[in-house]
Amino acid sequence: MAVVESPAAAPEAPPTFRDGVRAGVPFAVAGGLVAMSFGVLADTAGLSPLAAIVMSAIVYAGSAQFTAVAIVAGGGGVGAALAAAALINSRFLAMGAALGPSLPGNAASRAAQGQTVVDASWALAGRGDGTFDRNLLFGSSAIQYVTWVSGTTVGALGGDVLGDPENFGLDAIYPAFFLALLTSEARGGRPLGVAAMGAAIALALVPVAPAGLPVLAASLAALVGLTRSARAAALSRSEP
Amino acid sequence: MSTTVALIGGCALVTAAIKSVGPIALGGRELPDWFSSVVVLLAPALLAALVVTQALADGDRLAVGPETAGVLAGGAVVFKTGSIIGCVLTAAALTAGLRALG
Repeated sequence: MAVVESPAAAPEAPPTFRDGVRAGVPFAVAGGLVAMSFGVLADTAGLSPLAAIVMSAIVYAGSAQFTAVAIVAGGGGVGAALAAAALINSRFLAMGAALGPSLPGNAASRAAQGQTVVDASWALAGRGDGTFDRNLLFGSSAIQYVTWVSGTTVGALGGDVLGDPENFGLDAIYPAFFLALLTSEARGGRPLGVAAMGAAIALALVPVAPAGLPVLAASLAALVGLTRSARAAALSRSEP
Repeated sequence: MSTTVALIGGCALVTAAIKSVGPIALGGRELPDWFSSVVVLLAPALLAALVVTQALADGDRLAVGPETAGVLAGGAVVFKTGSIIGCVLTAAALTAGLRALG
């Protein structure tokens, strides 16, 4: 999966937590900027700075936070906001299922470890053979958590000074961030084809399905992996 | 319970529950071959879907805007240089610039 240069490339030295932190830095910087715009949105939606900061600290799921706050700000009910947040987060069902077999411990411990999944940490932690490295997952998630909460704090307290985040193009940061991750994931013909298929599924569903569902449905494109040639390729990759 | 507490608490619970399902259900198991070969392709599928739904969709309709151009330019930067920061800053700067002009 993710191409993380120095730490993951050296098989004799498994990545440490610090390697994970280092790999997560660029995504943490970008995430901090997005978090600032969340803080501003929360402020304009009438949430107190403390509420916005607490939300980032205990939810830690960017797109779900944006969606839920925007719905309430637009006059929607809490039930509708939570339903939309659940749909937006539904991709974590697929990510969690992929990660599950790599997590040791009892059910409660695995559930706790699963909380560290955010898009970038999950992608960075993938070893490319279907398993995940926990140090890369925890380290990259930790640094992103720090900037997520601190960025929210800056946005929530300084919203009046910062103005409309769209004036700074901050809404382009999230998709650009995912595109950067994608360029390291989709190397080779099959991953590129699956990416194109996932994009097509999502776009086809945007006009007819509630937000969040198109992204979850795109995971169906990965079922290409069930074809005989894909399984043979995966098998040869996992051999020493 | 105030709306804010219900919103934040509910959002936290919903997110934690969703993130727990996979690790609880599938934790500590041996990976069958077919599972690994699907998992390695999940990231490109999900990431591509996240990119297009955020760069090309506005609510439930498809739309091309300044951010679409910004994301494309960011993509070119990361493809050429491998710089993630360069990618997101280019995307933001071009989007902001086009908005200022438009």
